[in-house]
Amino acid sequence: MKHWLLPHPILTPILALIWVLLVNSLSPGAILMGVVLGWAIPLFTLRFWPDEVRVRKPLTLIRFLVVLLYDILIANLAVAWLILRGPRHVHPAFVVVPLELTTDIGISFLANTISLTPGTVSSWLSPDRRSLVVQGLDVKDPHALVETIKRRYEAPLLEVFESC
Amino acid sequence: MLETTLSILIVIGALFTFIGSLGLARMPDFYTRLHGPTKATTLGVGSLLIASMIHFSTQGEGVSFHEVLVTLFLFITAPVSAHLLSKAALHLRVRSIAPPPAQIEQADSEADRGRE
Repeated sequence: MKHWLLPHPILTPILALIWVLLVNSLSPGAILMGVVLGWAIPLFTLRFWPDEVRVRKPLTLIRFLVVLLYDILIANLAVAWLILRGPRHVHPAFVVVPLELTTDIGISFLANTISLTPGTVSSWLSPDRRSLVVQGLDVKDPHALVETIKRRYEAPLLEVFESC
Repeated sequence: MLETTLSILIVIGALFTFIGSLGLARMPDFYTRLHGPTKATTLGVGSLLIASMIHFSTQGEGVSFHEVLVTLFLFITAPVSAHLLSKAALHLRVRSIAPPPAQIEQADSEADRGRE
């Protein structure tokens, strides 16, 4: 159900919040301006966002973000350690992750997540959008890596963006 | 006390940013070089931003939240640029230690045929 005046109900508060952070003040003027921008920007950029963004389980999303922050911290330490140990100790590999996600937002979330976490960068999405090629910095067991990505990141995203 | 905390945070930030750049120089091929700047630096910049937030919030001009936005934009843009760099490299067949999956070659040649 899409309303022409409010095509992205979720984007409006997010944009308003970003505006308030940007001007760094909680005055009524700043909040009003944020709300106006949050309402107008999605309207003018509608062609970039043809599908409505729907978050089905906000709690799962929050839990996912907490796990993600923790993983980013660990990823940083792990990659820093690998760099210090030197190039002779890394075993880079490409792995193919079969995707169950189908929406744009879901796939971009997953690809960004992969690039931010332990020694992996998402490098290529197949034209049929069914698999994502991931480059790993130090891969000992490619199957285990695919399993981890699917269980730890794709499963919660499936629940948040695509479950019925 | 405050000064000490800030100094420690800044040193940690500088250290991780340095390790990230070191990775860029030390790693053996293009794809592994990508990892240093996209990750080790996130913690480096994060640590510097926390220091900045504490410093400006204690200046008596109210709490500073600009840094939250910097973090947000960094988390959105860093993976996107890494993805595009790596995708372009795969397309140009840049030398890689790990063999790239056969699927990419296939899709690339199909796309080329489609254009002719």
